[in-house]
Amino acid sequence: MRMPTLVLTNLRRHRVRTFFGVAGIAFGVAAMLTVLAVVLGAIGMFRNILETGSQYMVFERNVSDLFFSSVPKLSWQTVAGMPEVASAQPVLFGIVNAPGHPVVTCFGVEADNARVDAAIWLSGEREDFGNEPNTVYLGVRAAEFMKADLGDSVEIGKGVFLVGGILETQNGFEDGGVFFPLALAQAYFHREELASIISVNLNDIAEGDAFKARVEAAFPDLVVLANEEFASNYSQFKILTATAWAVGLCAFLLGGMSVANTMTMSVFTRIREIAILRVCGFSRRQAALLILGEGGIIAVLGVCLGLLSGFGLLLVLQYIPQLQGYIQASVSPLMIIGIFATALLTSLSGSIYPAWFASRIQPAEALRYE
Amino acid sequence: MSEHSITVQNVCKSFENGRIPVLKHVNLKIRHGQRVALWGASGSGKTTLLNLIGGLDLPDAGQLDTFGLNPTLEAHRLKLRREVVGFVFQLHNLIPYLTVKENILIPAIALGVPHAEAESRLKETLEILKMSHRIDHRMQDLSGGERQRTAIGRALINRPKVLLADEPTGALDEATGDVVFEILRGLAKDIGVTVVIATHERRFAEACDRIFRVHSGHVEEVAQ
Repeated sequence: MRMPTLVLTNLRRHRVRTFFGVAGIAFGVAAMLTVLAVVLGAIGMFRNILETGSQYMVFERNVSDLFFSSVPKLSWQTVAGMPEVASAQPVLFGIVNAPGHPVVTCFGVEADNARVDAAIWLSGEREDFGNEPNTVYLGVRAAEFMKADLGDSVEIGKGVFLVGGILETQNGFEDGGVFFPLALAQAYFHREELASIISVNLNDIAEGDAFKARVEAAFPDLVVLANEEFASNYSQFKILTATAWAVGLCAFLLGGMSVANTMTMSVFTRIREIAILRVCGFSRRQAALLILGEGGIIAVLGVCLGLLSGFGLLLVLQYIPQLQGYIQASVSPLMIIGIFATALLTSLSGSIYPAWFASRIQPAEALRYE
Repeated sequence: MSEHSITVQNVCKSFENGRIPVLKHVNLKIRHGQRVALWGASGSGKTTLLNLIGGLDLPDAGQLDTFGLNPTLEAHRLKLRREVVGFVFQLHNLIPYLTVKENILIPAIALGVPHAEAESRLKETLEILKMSHRIDHRMQDLSGGERQRTAIGRALINRPKVLLADEPTGALDEATGDVVFEILRGLAKDIGVTVVIATHERRFAEACDRIFRVHSGHVEEVAQ
């Protein structure tokens, strides 16, 4: 038998204690993974909507949310007419309810919109987009939860529209949303001659800075951001990301506290046992390593169980009908490494005091008084 | 190495910041291979003296030498507990959730004895103690005598030079106590280990080569 075997034996023979330590870390890991993956996935989906077929985004300066942004028709027509611009596509965002579904995202786009082009049309004809009056086009998940098919009438907010097609984009927001022809969306949301953003493609990306300066000089109320600038500057993304990390770290701290509590109680109830080990020749370092080893293994088991639970939870969330397919988890290797490292760090930190305490136990005193 | 394996010179020890004096200017010398009894009533200081010799506790004053090591020095104390001394306690002090094998191997883990060597020593020790059939049993499955034999096995696994046994028969019935005592006595003869036994029973003390009477903090040799 060697030291690692002794560590494993200790954990195996104290199953309940080990279980609670592992469960504490697992809950922390699962919570962090789920929260981060859902939030970053949502950000990714939203970025994807904005960035498809576009290099720059033009929207109203100082708005807290793009849904509140208003870009006048005159501005986007002027932008579209600039010589360096290859295409400028207005998009109007809106949120309404539908029977049984409090949030349905609406996208008002023109017929030549890149998202509509890129989508798979499951029913209806791409060429007919915007040609029929009072007609909308449903994302595949929206069609499922509205139980609507081509040619049906659907109630969206206070309006009733015909379904002109069903399309799939592989983006949770869009698949759970409704595409309106721009003019219909402007009328329905009472935002005539306005768009939320303009997606711009340039003839030559090298002219980006000049384009930006020119638009912002001509329209001081507008801001122009390259896609990557938008992702890092948009306050909603920053708030969401910070919230996700904060919630995740709180979950981790709880996990770390759970390990600290488990290991501290473990040491306090094993003072005599540790004293015996010291009598048998264990050095202070070996006594501390025994406790740190137990904490480390609890952490590794907790992380593995937490990752499995987290992935399982994400899988379940993606298929819950009430969530309308809005959950599209985004998990990167870096996130996993970060979670693994943070979990190990918090668990080992939680084991430091118990390990130190164990190393200070005086064998004769402990055996005399225990 | 000096002629004497264990030397205690003018050692004093008290507890509670000197309010409870336990050992007062104690002197004794023990040769290697001897079977020695520290005989005295409960609370006379026998356990304290064993703890000092084995480096489990520190004296207030005086000098100790156990097989060339100074038990008052931290570096020596670790070497002493790992390589020189084996302890046997009245309440056996085994780890309840470990098996006989695992309990006996603990000192070998501490010392870093290679696996094959440790296994070989384990087999040999279990044969000496007639405990081979109990190797995978946990403590709750053992009788008092078997537990004490396991504790002796743990004390022997690192091939110590001296076995310090603190009332090893104190928690056993008379017949079992006799068996355990005979095992301890036999070890000195069979494997040449020095055995120091703290006991309050005169019959066990008289079966040893030398008797030191511990009384009111003083230690004096009783002529055999």
